[in-house]
Amino acid sequence: MIQAIGILLVCQLAGEIIARGLGLSVPGPVIGLVLLFAGLVVLGARSRSGEARIEGSALDSVSTGLLREFGLFFIPAGAGVIQYLGLVTRYGLGLGLALVVSTVLTLVVTVWVFIGVAKWTRSGRPPEA
Amino acid sequence: MDTPFSLWVYLATTPLTWLTLTIAAWLLAVRIATLAKGHPVVNPVLIAILLVGGLLIATGTSYETYFKGAQFVHFLLGPTTVAIAVPLYRNRAIVRRNLLPMLVALVAGALVAVTSALAIGAVVGLPKDILVALAPKSVTAGVAMAITERLGGAPSVTAILVIATGILGAIIVTPLMNAMRITDYAARGFSVGLASHGIGTARAFHVDPIAGLFAGIAMGLNAIVTSILVPIIVHYCL
Repeated sequence: MIQAIGILLVCQLAGEIIARGLGLSVPGPVIGLVLLFAGLVVLGARSRSGEARIEGSALDSVSTGLLREFGLFFIPAGAGVIQYLGLVTRYGLGLGLALVVSTVLTLVVTVWVFIGVAKWTRSGRPPEA
Repeated sequence: MDTPFSLWVYLATTPLTWLTLTIAAWLLAVRIATLAKGHPVVNPVLIAILLVGGLLIATGTSYETYFKGAQFVHFLLGPTTVAIAVPLYRNRAIVRRNLLPMLVALVAGALVAVTSALAIGAVVGLPKDILVALAPKSVTAGVAMAITERLGGAPSVTAILVIATGILGAIIVTPLMNAMRITDYAARGFSVGLASHGIGTARAFHVDPIAGLFAGIAMGLNAIVTSILVPIIVHYCL
């Protein structure tokens, strides 16, 4: 388990070093995600089965466990709202309206474009599972 | 032996108390959400934030004191983002099949997320510094705060707006997608990850593993696209 946590931290650290070192606007953990994915692809390509064996590994269970509790990790930042109660009472209505309408629009446009392009690219090919 | 008062003075300032209470609030919130059979309105992140926030106000605890304990939980946002590589690798075949829809929807969604928030915010008369803090609201907290900081806005205001957007998307997505009769869980997940980052992704993983995976990918990709888009849009529109 410690090894799995170590792998995640090394990828994140490498991601931060790359992001800051090159002055990229891409966040370190996202680069870390890409690095870990690339690592698994390389590992898979070098193995005899052509597939990195992660099923049931410590990395698999640690990752699944963390992702299952993803919501928990937002609580400390969210509790910061207590510092901004004045802002909330002053601009709450306008901010609420902007957030709700923008979020609905974003969800609708994204899902429509995704499905539209998916239909277009899959037409002429047999439907896939 | 400590008097009750000196004991409280110790407890109120030790990181252990607030770390423990954060986890306890989360477990209680998850329990409540489970009792509500995962109904989207009963969002565990929202409940836990209300519990913790209420407790901090009731005990007069400063956010700085709270964060000394809670930072250990906050820290796990980074490794968890990296961990998305694992389901991504396991499901790379289905991801590859959906590559083009993902990339087109990413650009369209990211543009709508930023411009619609700024347009509505401007119409309802929000001041410019709040608009700057609002622009990156759909991307994950750390990235959004960095974007705002670079533009001279208040990162801590952005953090609140980011969390609110996450909770809103997580609440809205299931009834909205059901009403629109959308059954493609890759598309549903992708849209909520793009609109509502990690909190949307947490909801998506709860609904369906493929939805969760695509939400995680959308969250990562949108962090990249939005950090390029926001400075340009803010520069030309505000």
